[in-house]
This record gives sequence, C-alpha cells and structure tokens, in this order.
Amino acid sequence: MAKSNEPIGWSLFSAGGMATAFFIPITIVLTSIVVPAGWIGAESLHDLLVLPLARLYLFVLISLALFHWAHRFRYVLVDLGLRNLAGILAITCYGAAVLGTIMAGFFLVSL
Amino acid sequence: MPADWWLKKKTYFLFMVRELTCVFVGGYALFLLVLTTRLGDPQGFAALLNSPPLIALQIIALPMVFYHSITWLNLTPMVMVLWRGEERVSPFLITVAMYVIWAIISIVILWIAFLYR
Amino acid sequence: MAVSETTQTQSTIPLEVFRYRPDQEEEPTFQRYEVPYRTDWVVLDALNYIKDQLDGTLSYRWSCRMGVCGSCGMMVNGEPKLTCAAFLRDYYPDPIRVEPLDYYPVIRDLVINMDDFMDKLVEVKAWLLPKEEKPLSEGEYLQTPAELAHYKQFTMCINCMLCYAACPVVGHDADFIGPAAIALAQRYNLDSRDGGADERADAIFSHEGIWKCTFVGDCTRVCPKKVDPAGAIQQAKIAATKDWFRSVLVPWGKK
Repeated sequence: MAKSNEPIGWSLFSAGGMATAFFIPITIVLTSIVVPAGWIGAESLHDLLVLPLARLYLFVLISLALFHWAHRFRYVLVDLGLRNLAGILAITCYGAAVLGTIMAGFFLVSL
Repeated sequence: MPADWWLKKKTYFLFMVRELTCVFVGGYALFLLVLTTRLGDPQGFAALLNSPPLIALQIIALPMVFYHSITWLNLTPMVMVLWRGEERVSPFLITVAMYVIWAIISIVILWIAFLYR
Repeated sequence: MAVSETTQTQSTIPLEVFRYRPDQEEEPTFQRYEVPYRTDWVVLDALNYIKDQLDGTLSYRWSCRMGVCGSCGMMVNGEPKLTCAAFLRDYYPDPIRVEPLDYYPVIRDLVINMDDFMDKLVEVKAWLLPKEEKPLSEGEYLQTPAELAHYKQFTMCINCMLCYAACPVVGHDADFIGPAAIALAQRYNLDSRDGGADERADAIFSHEGIWKCTFVGDCTRVCPKKVDPAGAIQQAKIAATKDWFRSVLVPWGKK
C-alpha cells in the first residue's frame, strides 16, 4: 500500500506543525520580549537552556520546525508555479532541514 | 494558472498567508539554531538576545506564528476524527481542547523560565 | 406576508451570461439579459426565463432544481454554486455574472466537458468492492448504525463538481484526482462491507492523489451537501501514513 514516500515528509510536517503551534509562540515571547525587557536575565535563560532537558527541547523544536518549514515551503513554491522544479525543490528543502537538524544535534551534544 | 492566482479570491489569499507563516517558523528555528551555537559563550548568547534587529524580526514573526497556531488548531478536528459509537466527538470540543493545551503549555514554559531567573 | 407581496415586484435584475458558440465565433462573449426580479427566484429560474422568453439559444444543464441531482453547477459572481440554490435576492440589485464551472473545458455556453471527472471516478473505483462475495440466497450484508455513521457523510456527494471548480490544485494540475473522487474513495474505504482499499491505493495514495492536496479547504467551503472533502483527504493522508509506517516497520506483517 505504500505507493509513495510522501508519508515521511508529511508526518514530519504534521509533527512539526503541532509542535510549533504549541511551543513556538511562547518561545518567541521569551526571546523577543521577556529577556530583552529584562524580566528574565539573559544569563538566567542561558543557564536554563544548558540543562539536558532544555537542550533536548531545543533540538526537537528546531528539527521539527525546520521539517515543517521544508515540506510546506516546497509546496508553496510548487503552488506559485515552480511545478517543474518539484524534485529539486524537495531535495533542497528537506536537505536544508536535515542539515539544520544535524547542526543542532552537534552543537547541543558537544556542550 | 497565473502565478498570482492566490490574489484573486479572499480564501485563496488567506490560504497563502497561512502557508507563508512557515517561513517565519523556519526563520525562528534558524535563530534558535544560532542561539544554540552560542550556548558555550554566555556573552555571545546575551548579545544575540539583545540585538535590536533580531528583536524586531521576532516581533514581526510573532503575529505570523500566532496565525499559524490558530489556523492549525482550528483545522485539527477536520483531520482528527474521533468516534464514540455512532456519534462523532464534537469538533468544537476538540478545538477547545487544543487551545486549552496550548495555554497550559505556554504557562508552564513561562513558569519554568521565571523559576530559573 | 401575502404570497403576492413576496414574489411579485416590478423590478428586474441584470444577468451577465457567458456565451460560447464555437460554431459561430472563436472567442467567448458575455450577453446581458434583464430578468424579472422575484424574491423567491434562484439563478436557475432566471436562466430558464431567459431560455423560455428571451433567448432560446442559451445552453446549460439542470434537472431536479432542488439541490440533489448535481447538474446545475456554475460560477455565480466567481463562486462555484448550484444555480438552483443561488437566490436572486442575495445579489439584487447588482448584476449577476454567470459562467461555466472553472477549470473545465467548455463545450458551449454554460455546458462543460466533464469526461475528466467521470474518468477519475472510475480510476478511484467509486463503487463497492465487497470483502466477501455473497450470493443473494445468503441474504444481506449486515451493518451496524455505528459502522454506517463512519462513512455516511461521504455518501452525500451529488457529483456536482463545485469542489473541483474551487480547488486551485485542480486549476494548475489536471492530473490531480480531486476532492470528490477522493471523498468517494474514502466513502467506500470506510464502508465496513468494502474490502477494496488496496485496489484504490494506486489511484489515491499516489502523487496524483491525496499528496497533491495542500489543504486549501475551499472544496469543503463550497460543497452544497456538507461532504467535507478536505477532511476526507486529510483523513486519507493519515490512513496512508499509518499504512506506510506499518509496511516499513513491520514489513513481514499482513498487508
């Protein structure tokens, strides 16, 4: 029944969509309002984010957000008329997400 | 179809806006990625967080990311169909549950962050 | 309110109707007709008035005039609508523009070529493929109300094709199987008597099937029977994904 390999891109997109819907807004509020306004010190946030659980949170969020972007953006470009480049677009977008995931993993593990 | 097909109808336009929110989500993920590269360097980390252009970009991204969340949660009951015997679990109930979860998660994260200040 | 007050007025409302007569002219034109404005009239009534009283050459499809046959779908002011369900009073006094359904080849005037849609219904095998063939002598297939409820919404489709005229993916990709065909495939896939999901998989769990859909959602918005084809497609994506993971993680398992 597995006629197409789209399910893998789509499940990453869906997981990413759910994760980003729940977690991204409050994270942006933290990094763009709460810390710059001084309600929480940058050092405090730094000390929180080096904790293992926080690092895991960052890794999962970054990776899923990138895969969510990749799948959706690829289809946006196709919808905007770049239909013939569909294959190249897929490789480029998912490739960027994979690269970002590897980088995030590397930096968050090698602390 | 012309490349500006999505400007011809309100529903198409809102659809494209919804899809383009992924650029802001991806962009913020990139910001988080750069932030993680500075986790070994508290000064650099703070500099990134206090950078005015980056703050401005995040403020612009904030309503876009909210639009993503709202449209995503509103569409969830269409995708997630739950049955209780002959009746479908009310789609409205599922949406409300999603918003409640979103609120709880946001409050918990804020609470953890403030706990650590 | 007396009946005569609600239906009889002296006023008229203009209809701008798409005309295409390939035997007479190369390019389509618009023709303007003034029809009587009656508060209980629908666009189909106006078209019938035009054909009866003003211009017998106008061609269009219609049948039941009550929203169950799916014949009279047209673009009314740029929106796919059943003309038997579009009331003049919702547009009066502005002129109403009537055109054939978007994204279909036009045969003549408001009549579109729907062969492509019919082919797609065949491609998705929109009929029952019973799990077990039973001779009539063995009696009926039994189904509980709960089992019926699971697919009932998707049985409401009247094949009016409004969803295809609303879908931008159909607009830029004629190969896309489309909302109604997928919803109908789901109608049978979810039917407890049916065992043909595997046979339909080629048509719908493919690149030309559900994966071309980007969940614009306009199909559900314009559907006159509340079938929710967009929902059907996303649910099909979940079913396809579950199956994909099952076949990848448990390849020796039962397909």
